[in-house]
Amino acid sequence: MLFEGKSMKNLMSINNTYNDDKVIDACSIFGAMDRSGRRFSGEGVFKAVANMHDRGNGLGGGFAAYGLYPEHADNYALHLMYLSIKSKLETEEFLREHFNVVWQEEVPSRKTAAITNPPLVWRYFVDVPQGLPENQSADDYVVARVMEINTSDNDSFVFSSGKNMAVFKGVGYPEEIAEYFKLEQYKAYIWTAHGRFPTNTVAWWGGAHPFSILDWTVVHNGEISSYGINRRYLEQFGYKCTMYTDTEVIAYAVDLLLRKHNLPLEIVARVLAAPFWDEIERMPEKERNLMRAIRQTYGSLLLNGPFAVVIAHSGEMIGLTDRIRLRPLTVGEKDDMLYLSSEESAIRLISPDLDNAWSPMGGEPVIGKLKPDAQIHLEDEKEEIVSR
Amino acid sequence: MKTFVTPKFKVNRDEDRCIQCQVCVNQCSFGANYYDAEENKVKSREELCTGCHRCEAFCPTNAIRVTYNPLDYRGNYNWRPDIIEDITKQSETGGVLLTGMGDDKSQRIYWDHIVLNASQVTNPSIDPLREPMELTTYLGQKPERLELEPGTHNLKTKMTPQVKLDVPVMFSAMSYGAVSLNVQESLARAAKEMGTLWNTGEGGLHPSLYKYGDNTIVQVASGRFGVHADYLDAAKIIEIKIGQGAKPGIGGHLPGEKVSADVSLTRMIPEGTDAISPAPQHDIYSIEDLAQLIYALKEATNYTKPVSVKIAAVHNAAAIASGIVRGGADIVVIDGLRGATGAAPKVIRDNVGIPIELALASVDSRLRQEGIRHRASLVASGGIRSSGDVAKAIALGADAVYIGTAALISLGCHVCQQCHTGKCAWGICTTDLRLTKRINPEIGARRAANLLRSWSIELKDILGGLGVNALESLRGNRLHLRGIGLSDTELEILGIRMAGN
Repeated sequence: MLFEGKSMKNLMSINNTYNDDKVIDACSIFGAMDRSGRRFSGEGVFKAVANMHDRGNGLGGGFAAYGLYPEHADNYALHLMYLSIKSKLETEEFLREHFNVVWQEEVPSRKTAAITNPPLVWRYFVDVPQGLPENQSADDYVVARVMEINTSDNDSFVFSSGKNMAVFKGVGYPEEIAEYFKLEQYKAYIWTAHGRFPTNTVAWWGGAHPFSILDWTVVHNGEISSYGINRRYLEQFGYKCTMYTDTEVIAYAVDLLLRKHNLPLEIVARVLAAPFWDEIERMPEKERNLMRAIRQTYGSLLLNGPFAVVIAHSGEMIGLTDRIRLRPLTVGEKDDMLYLSSEESAIRLISPDLDNAWSPMGGEPVIGKLKPDAQIHLEDEKEEIVSR
Repeated sequence: MKTFVTPKFKVNRDEDRCIQCQVCVNQCSFGANYYDAEENKVKSREELCTGCHRCEAFCPTNAIRVTYNPLDYRGNYNWRPDIIEDITKQSETGGVLLTGMGDDKSQRIYWDHIVLNASQVTNPSIDPLREPMELTTYLGQKPERLELEPGTHNLKTKMTPQVKLDVPVMFSAMSYGAVSLNVQESLARAAKEMGTLWNTGEGGLHPSLYKYGDNTIVQVASGRFGVHADYLDAAKIIEIKIGQGAKPGIGGHLPGEKVSADVSLTRMIPEGTDAISPAPQHDIYSIEDLAQLIYALKEATNYTKPVSVKIAAVHNAAAIASGIVRGGADIVVIDGLRGATGAAPKVIRDNVGIPIELALASVDSRLRQEGIRHRASLVASGGIRSSGDVAKAIALGADAVYIGTAALISLGCHVCQQCHTGKCAWGICTTDLRLTKRINPEIGARRAANLLRSWSIELKDILGGLGVNALESLRGNRLHLRGIGLSDTELEILGIRMAGN
């Protein structure tokens, strides 16, 4: 076994250098989804998030893209970052031991002036081995391996681990990261983006957003003041909050509620940004009982403190703010396109003629789903930009 | 036998102000003030003064000052005045020294070594005057997860009984007999007004208080006094009392003189007989016996109300609490070293048990490590003095707290520690009808409710400052705490970091 007998990597010491309670950052967030499933180039998204340049400070930028690997749609697409060749060799051996690696390659990048000292970033399209124990799903298996890699003592870190999706992130402004990873060559039906303004962390590529587990990604603007109890609650369910950042708990909370507890997305949003008790008391009886039970059961997962997030997974993109809306989130719609952004101007820059633009109420989720007849287009796509 | 114990207090009377009205004489239930008719002068027997300040508060001309009697023994770190006096008293009586209230010794008070956080710049603090701020707390077992009917929003999981608190502070167990009916009624009315609960203690529930049932926790203790079907049915929560912080491992004894007709009716024992609460519950010699009693009570009440188990904080509190949760309790109450009493041997009160802060932290951590924290609510009790203490207790992991002494102080108690004498001049810890009427339940309820009201406003200020608007975001959130002047081991047990770190 590769990682046996070695001390665990302390991600906190990398990501949260000063040993603070949590990593604190403010940011720009952006999301774009074509609900018809049409895949589009991210260039508009890069432009939009660049328009919010001043919301970040160049210490982190990143993107999540969904539907970009149609040729490997059924494989888990593991994106890994290495700080040394030695780590890469060790981790690749680990991957071969635990997965069937169908294809592997370095994530294409170009030398740019802005990006200095980049780590190695590789991607692996893998299948989980046959004959998993009955109580362990393939997803569970992948999560466990990701946790193993992330806490192992070598310099490897998993950027993303879902199917037909990827996270590209690093130290720099988001538009610089897009340029570095040649993101203009990909097409996806969901793009989310993040520009970061951390206050207590040194530059580390793994610490940039989006945070991800399986195909769940989170980009987050805010500070979760309930982080301490959110983390302790998740630890009871076996999640290791190794990064000591509040964004990480959002990703794990969503994974727990949606995947493990099988709750619908609308309900998950009500856990994370719960309605107030006096609102609940005014609800019709059935809803009231449900909401009471939700707050009684999942009170420790209430995300409290200022936040706006864009959460995405295959087929869905969700925007949510804290329940008194202490961080901005604007929604724009144009035909099948749904935009979520910290600032309306960023949306209007790439789609000036919106059908609809509004600011959701605090705690009110904005959910974008693929339309029932949607299909992820594979062939015969014309080059198009995000703002049609 | 001539007593060698010299008076503790001095009653200073300003002769120019004193009008010989004898209010002080009538107010002092300890007989420390008397009227000398021959000299037409009010005088004091200072050896009887307990320092309760009742006479001082009621003197119409502000003529009385009760001060410490300056009695300077030769300085000695080992043989301190209280120790010398205890030995002297025991030499004169040959008995166990009894006392009231909680441990008054100098063991570390951890609350005073813990500080809270607040928001600056990176997240906004929230103004509770202008934004909603939630203290609502539900006590009771929670499921590990919720299940919905597939494809719907219909709740499939059946919730066990949950009891709502508008403020996470309850009045702790003080039995009828230990305190007067007027005290219980004051607390019951305050609890009702403020949306919280009061606790009968082990002395049964007086018929006149059944109307407060929805705000009542009834106790089932080792003496089983006053336990019957109606009593259980009346309650919102049933609490099995295993122990209390003031006297872990020790039973109780209500002397026959206090068992009046009314007390006898409520306790279901003959008038004038001693009420003995055995040290253990004689049907609970082990954890599986406790589980049987928990389920017997749940069966008896048709699973309509949570069952709580109260223990004193002792060395193995974490392991014991884990057993209690696994035994089926919906609520676990931990009563710390400073938990108070109506009467206890002083040596037990001051030497047995561990501080609530450490017990609470270790119990909460243990239940989380075992993944069973959701299966019971956790209530901390014993020495909670302010909304600051409440906030810290909740951040350490408590769902709610009990207050006893603080509640009595709101009614007038001056913490003179004479509860065991039954002579309370403030009319609280007594059944003497001449004294109990000093508490007017209407005024008492207003005072106790005011205390809870001010604490809830302060709690909201604390939450808002932390940048959260619901109590559950502070609950168990130890990152909002820091320690001052604590060792690494203490910090580790409390699960908090040193301030500045």
